[in-house]
Amino acid sequence: MIDADRAFLLAQGLDGLLSWAAQVRVAETLGLSLGEVEEAALVEGLLPSRYTRNCATFSIADQLRFRRARVGVVGCGGIGGYVVEGLARVGVGAIVAVDPDSFEESNLNRQLLCTIAALGTAKVDAAASRVAAINPAVTIVARRERLTRENGAQLLEGCAAVVDALDSIGARKELRAVCDDLATPMIHGAIAGWYGQICDAFPGDAALDRLYGRGDGPGEQTRLGNPAFTPMAAAAFQIAEVCKIIAGQGKPLRGRALMLDMSEGDVEVVAFADEAR
Amino acid sequence: MPSEATVTITVKLFASFRRGRFKEASRDYSAGARIADVIADLGIEPKDIGMIFVDGKHADPDRALRAGEALALFPLLGGG
Repeated sequence: MIDADRAFLLAQGLDGLLSWAAQVRVAETLGLSLGEVEEAALVEGLLPSRYTRNCATFSIADQLRFRRARVGVVGCGGIGGYVVEGLARVGVGAIVAVDPDSFEESNLNRQLLCTIAALGTAKVDAAASRVAAINPAVTIVARRERLTRENGAQLLEGCAAVVDALDSIGARKELRAVCDDLATPMIHGAIAGWYGQICDAFPGDAALDRLYGRGDGPGEQTRLGNPAFTPMAAAAFQIAEVCKIIAGQGKPLRGRALMLDMSEGDVEVVAFADEAR
Repeated sequence: MPSEATVTITVKLFASFRRGRFKEASRDYSAGARIADVIADLGIEPKDIGMIFVDGKHADPDRALRAGEALALFPLLGGG
């Protein structure tokens, strides 16, 4: 950014904050995208006002790390809808949303992006509309396709983390293989009824092999369904894991899995004693 | 009191395995009982089990259980 543009940008700030109206004005005046303005502001130590309540938890440097990060969300249903929403509000700069499906009535009980008006429309299109409504500075790449071992690397290349918001065990095993190939951490979350599990699977970790190592059944969700609250809870933990990994804060759920039982109000973290596979 | 021919183990169940059963219980089995015997006793289908731990370590169903060990069973959760 040339000095005159930088001076113009800084002059639009007030008390260290850049309002949305000012961000739009800078973008229009300087011929930049809203995302470019957001990044330039953060580089200059100017915080977009929308992130004011992030900043006791995350520094401006962390906010810039989010801005520069790309995160994959594979599955845009129960868990995935909330994850897309959360990442956009956190300020992740680019979100790759992957899902081949369209909304149907049975999604209305839990999927954030499913409304009556959205029935029959692609889930990834709803994700793109939602992100644009929250923050047009966030790039959303909507890919209406099923992720496979073949297309996975191309879809998720460059992602700092990939969120597993899938709805079957077989698809998760494929995603794990893709993330291993890409050397990208996979933020696993799965639910059934009142129950959920969350853990980070870094490349080479045995976490997913352990959790799905034994039976060949389809999973308890086929019997128990998925109510409104379990995907919300799993997604919240998964969004936090993404933030921790990008900002380098906290203690990731690596080598451990968080087991959620919302019927008992019970959370237990179990450690994998033999983490490497 | 359990006789010498029985072993007392702690069984911990996770998620849906708790339904109609329990969360954690101390249970007696015949000496030499394997994990698979406990699974059958609990009426759990082997195909529904995702992960088996004994004292926090991954274990196979044919492993025999010793007195005082803690067995944990986790179901397969696959929804999203």
